[in-house]
Amino acid sequence: MIVLKTFPKGGVHPAENKLSKGKKIEKLNMPETVTIPISQHIGAPAVPVVNKGDIVKIGQLIAKSGGFVSANIHSSVSGKVLKIEPSMDASGYKRMSIIIKVEGEEYEPDIDLSDTLVKECSLNADEIKKRIADKGIVGLGGATFPTHVKLSVPPGKTAEHLVINAVECEPYLTADHQLMMEKPDEILVGCSIMAKAIGVNKVLIGIENNKPDAIKLFKEKAVSFNNIEIYALKVKYPQGGEKQLIKALINREVPSGGLPIDVGCVVQNVGTAFAVYEAVQKNKPLYERVVTVTGKNVKNPVNLLAKVGTPISELIELAGGLPEDTGKIVNGGPMMGKAVNNQQIPVTKGTSGILLFPNKLAKRPKVYNCIRCSRCTHVCPMNLEPHLLKNLSNKALWEELEKERVLDCIECGSCSYTCPAGIPLLDYIRLGKANLNRIIRSRK
Amino acid sequence: MANNRLLVSMSPHDHGKDNVKKIMYGVVLAMMPAFLVSVYYFGLDAIRVNLIAIAACVFFEWFIQKVFFKGKPTITDGSAIVTGMLLAFNVPTNLPWWILVIGALVAIGIGKMSFGGLGNNPFNPALVGRVFLLISWPVQMTSYPKIQVLNFAITDAETGATPLALVKEGLKNGEPFSQIIESMPTSYTDMLIGQMGGSLGEISALALIIGGLYMLIRKIITWHVPVAVLASIAIFTGILYGINPEAYADPAFHLLTGGVMLGAIFMATDMVTSPMTGKGMLIYGVGIGVITVLIRVWGAYPEGVSFAILIMNAFVPLINKATKPKRFGETIKKQ
Amino acid sequence: MEIVLYTLISLSSLGIILAVILFFVAQQFKVVEDPRIDEVEALLPGANCGGCGYPGCRGFADACVKADSLDGLFCPAGGNETMNAVAKALGMAAVEKEPQIAVVRCAGAPEQRAKTSIYDGPQSCAIAAALYGGDTDCPYGCLGLGDCVEACTFDAIYIDENTGLPVVSEEKCTACGACVTACPKDIIELRNKGKKSRRIYVSCVNKDKGGPAKKACNVACIGCGKCVKECPFDAITLENFLAYIDYEKCKLCRKCVEVCPTGAIIELNFPPRKPKPEKKEENADNEKAENNAAADTVIENTSEPKNE
Repeated sequence: MIVLKTFPKGGVHPAENKLSKGKKIEKLNMPETVTIPISQHIGAPAVPVVNKGDIVKIGQLIAKSGGFVSANIHSSVSGKVLKIEPSMDASGYKRMSIIIKVEGEEYEPDIDLSDTLVKECSLNADEIKKRIADKGIVGLGGATFPTHVKLSVPPGKTAEHLVINAVECEPYLTADHQLMMEKPDEILVGCSIMAKAIGVNKVLIGIENNKPDAIKLFKEKAVSFNNIEIYALKVKYPQGGEKQLIKALINREVPSGGLPIDVGCVVQNVGTAFAVYEAVQKNKPLYERVVTVTGKNVKNPVNLLAKVGTPISELIELAGGLPEDTGKIVNGGPMMGKAVNNQQIPVTKGTSGILLFPNKLAKRPKVYNCIRCSRCTHVCPMNLEPHLLKNLSNKALWEELEKERVLDCIECGSCSYTCPAGIPLLDYIRLGKANLNRIIRSRK
Repeated sequence: MANNRLLVSMSPHDHGKDNVKKIMYGVVLAMMPAFLVSVYYFGLDAIRVNLIAIAACVFFEWFIQKVFFKGKPTITDGSAIVTGMLLAFNVPTNLPWWILVIGALVAIGIGKMSFGGLGNNPFNPALVGRVFLLISWPVQMTSYPKIQVLNFAITDAETGATPLALVKEGLKNGEPFSQIIESMPTSYTDMLIGQMGGSLGEISALALIIGGLYMLIRKIITWHVPVAVLASIAIFTGILYGINPEAYADPAFHLLTGGVMLGAIFMATDMVTSPMTGKGMLIYGVGIGVITVLIRVWGAYPEGVSFAILIMNAFVPLINKATKPKRFGETIKKQ
Repeated sequence: MEIVLYTLISLSSLGIILAVILFFVAQQFKVVEDPRIDEVEALLPGANCGGCGYPGCRGFADACVKADSLDGLFCPAGGNETMNAVAKALGMAAVEKEPQIAVVRCAGAPEQRAKTSIYDGPQSCAIAAALYGGDTDCPYGCLGLGDCVEACTFDAIYIDENTGLPVVSEEKCTACGACVTACPKDIIELRNKGKKSRRIYVSCVNKDKGGPAKKACNVACIGCGKCVKECPFDAITLENFLAYIDYEKCKLCRKCVEVCPTGAIIELNFPPRKPKPEKKEENADNEKAENNAAADTVIENTSEPKNE
C-alpha cells in the first residue's frame, strides 16, 4: 500500500457527510434584489462608484478596490441601484452594501459567455495580475484574500511552487469537488495562468483521497500540461490550511508568523483557479460562485451557481426549503463557517456553502470541567496548547498569549471539535487573538 | 424569516462524539475484568468494598458540591464512580467499612473537591485516599485476606502476606531470592491470572492488561505512560537482578506483583494528573517506575507504586512546562 | 533528657545564627522608599481597582508623592474626600472633581427589543461581540452576558433578571471605569452623578437610521433631532442618528425627555412631574447647592421660568 501524503502532527477526522456529492451544479434563478456588501474580502473595503438610481449591467464595476489589499466588486445582476446602506451580512454586523433591484439580464459587452475552452494565454505576468485585480478575484476557499496580492511575489522572495488547494477538507462541502468534475480543463488552464503570473514552472495540486474520481480525472488531464503534478492526500482535517498543505506536499514548514512565500510557495484554491481562468480568458469578473447547500435534514442537497448578493433564503428554497427543525444556519463549512442569524444574509465571494443543522446537531455539547486529557494539544495542527491559550485568554493575560504563539492559531477548530469536556476553546482563543492584535497595533 | 430563533455560535459547528461522561464510563468498563477476577477470588467482599467505596465517593462529591460549592452537582459525569472503584481496587477486601468511608472522604474531599473538583486536582484522588489510609491504619491496610475461589460465604477470612512482602522480608533476612521464590505457594502464572493475595483490584495482571487494551482502543489513554512505567521497572530491576540474582527479585516478579499493573494502567494514566505531551508522559512514566523500584528495593514499604505516582503527580506541572510541544514553524525561523 | 537539651541548644543556636544573617542581609539590601508613599497608601481605599490609571493603590500613591501637583491624579473610588486627605498629607492643593457614576446606555429589555436569535457560547460579552451583533436586531445594544459585572471590584453592578440589563448601584459605584473598559459595545459611560443623583441621558447607542433602529427596539434613539432643537443649552448633539447629552452642559431641565418620541431619554431620581410648585422648590434648592461658576448659575436661573 502506498502511504499517502499528509501533514504529520495533529488534525482530526470528522464525519465527512458529503451529502451533495456528485450533484450537478445548478444555476440559480435571477433573484429580485441583491445585496452586495462592499467588504467581501480581507483588507480595506471597496469604495462604491455607483449612486442611488444608477442603472448597472451584469459584470459592471460597482465598487472600486480601496487599497492594495482590497478587491473590486462587480454587479452580479442588471438593474437599478436601490440604495447604498448598511445591511446585515455573514459577519453578524451591519456593513455597507449596495442594494440592486434586478431588471432584465444585460451583460457587460466584453464578457465572453460561451463555453469554449480558451487554452492559450497571450498576456504577460503583469497583465495577468492586472486582469485578476480588475476582475475582483479573491481566494474562494473561504479566507477571501485578494488573489492579485497573493500572486505578487514580494521583492527578495522567490517562488518555486504554485500549490493548488483542491483538498476540500471541510465536511459537508462539495462545491470544489463538483467544480473539479465539471470544469477540469478550465481549472488546469487557470492554474497554468497563475503559474505564469508568479513565474514558477511547477504546479502541485493536492486532492484528498476521498475524491478518487477527481484524482483520476485530473491525473488524465494533467498529462497535457508538462508542469502540473497531482497528489492524492490522506483525508485529514485541516489539510486545506495553507501551512498544512505545504507541509503535506513538499514537507516544508512555513515559519511562525511567516507566509507561504517564505518557503517558496504560493497557495491558491481550486475555485480561485477557475475564477482566474474566467477572468483572464473570458473577461468575466467574479460575481458568481459555486455554493453547496446541504444539511442532514435538507430534502435536496445541491451545488448551486449563485450570484453574489443573492439572499441565502433563495438558495435554501432550491434545496427543498428550510427543514422544519432547523436550529442553525452556517455560512461556510461546519468547522470554520460562521453561524448567521437570519436567512436574508447575502451570498458573498467567500460563501462556499450554506449548512442547515437540525436542532439536535445545532446545540453545542454540554460543558464539563477541563479534565486535562490533552487531546486539544494532540490535535492542534500548529502544535499549540489550546487548553493553555484558553486559560490565559480567560485571565486576560494577553502578553503571555503572545509568548505562547496564539497568533499562529489558524482557527481550524480541531481543539473545540475534539474536546471531550465540550469546552469552546476556540471561542476563547479568538478573543485572545483579537485582544492581542489590538495590543500589538497600539504598540506601533 | 424563520419563526423559530436560530442558534448562533462560533465555529466549529461539529463536535467529536466523545465526552467526559463517556470517558469515565469507559474507564469503569475497562475495570470490569479486574473486578470480576476479584469477585472470583475474594467473593462477596469484593462487591461489598466496591459498593461502599463508590457510594461513599458519589455521596461526598454530591454533598460537597451541594453544601460548599452551592452549584449544581455533577455526579453524573462518572468521575466519582471511577475514584470510588479505584479506591476499592487499592484496599484489601476485609477492610472495615468505616475505614473505607473515611478513605472516600479523604479521596473526594481532600484529594479532589478541595482543589475545585474534577480537573483541578493535582493528585490522583483515589491514591490520596489510599495513602492516607495506609499511613493511618497500616495494619488493616496490609492484612490481605487469603484468596478463596468463588467463596460467597461471609466469614472472617484468614489473612496472609503478599508475595511482595514475603520477598522483601526474606531478602532482608539474607535469604537468597531463588529460595524464597521456591518456597512461595504462588507461581508466576498464578500471579499473571491473579491467584495471589493483595489489594482487591491489583491481583490479576492479565485482567488489568485487557482493560488497558480496551482503553487504548477507545483512545481513553495513550501507550506512553503504561509502557514507560513498565519498561523502566523492568529495566531497572533487570539491571539489579543482573548484578546479583540472589539479592534482588527478577523483573517479571516485580511487574506481576503488587500494584504495578493497576498503577501503570489505571492510576498513572489518569488524565487530570498526568502530563500533557507524549514526551512528558514518558518522563513521568519513567519517574514512576524508578521511584517504585527505589521504594520496593531500599524503602521501608514492600510496595511503592502509590507513593511513586503521587510524587510524580507533584512534578506534572513542571514536566508540562519542560516538554512543551515544538510549535509548527518554530525551528525554521531560528535559522 | 539529654536529647531534649541537645535539641534545644542546636535549634536555638540555629535560630540565632539565621537571625543575624537575616539582619545583615536586610541592612545590605535595604530599599530606601519615601515614607510618604506608605502614608498616602493608607489613606486610599485599597481596592486596587485601577480606576486611577495606575497599577493598584500603591502605584497611585507613588505617583502622588512624586508629582508636583495633584492635577490629573484622582482616585475615583475614594472621591474628593480621599483626595482632600491625600492633598493634606502631601501639602498640596486638591483638585476637586464632580462625582461621577457609571451609566448604562441601553434600555433594550426583552419586551422592547425582541430576541431574534439564540446565542450559544461562553457567558462573555467580549466573545459574543466578536461573533455577531447580538441576539436581537440591534447590533449596538447590550448583550447582557455580564462582562461589566465580572469587571466590577465593588459589587456595584448586577444584571437585572427581568430586563437582562446591567443595573448600577447608586451607593456602591465609585466610577472607577472598569466596566466602561470591559463593555465591548461601549454602552457604559461615566457621567456626572448630578445633584441628588439626578441625571438625564440618552439610553441608547444605536447608530442606525430611524427605521431599522425603531424596528429593532422600541426605545431606541431614532435620531429625529427633536431633543436637539428643544434643548435651550445646546447640550445635545446628534451624530450618526444618535443623540448625545453633554453632562457638563445639561442643566437637567427635562425638556428633552418630554419631546423624545421613543422614550430613549431617561430621567433619573427626579420628583414626579405633576405637583408643579413643589418641583420649583426642589430645583431652587439644587441651584443653591450648585458651586459652579457664577455665569452658569445665571444661565440656570434664566432657565427656571422656561422650565415651567
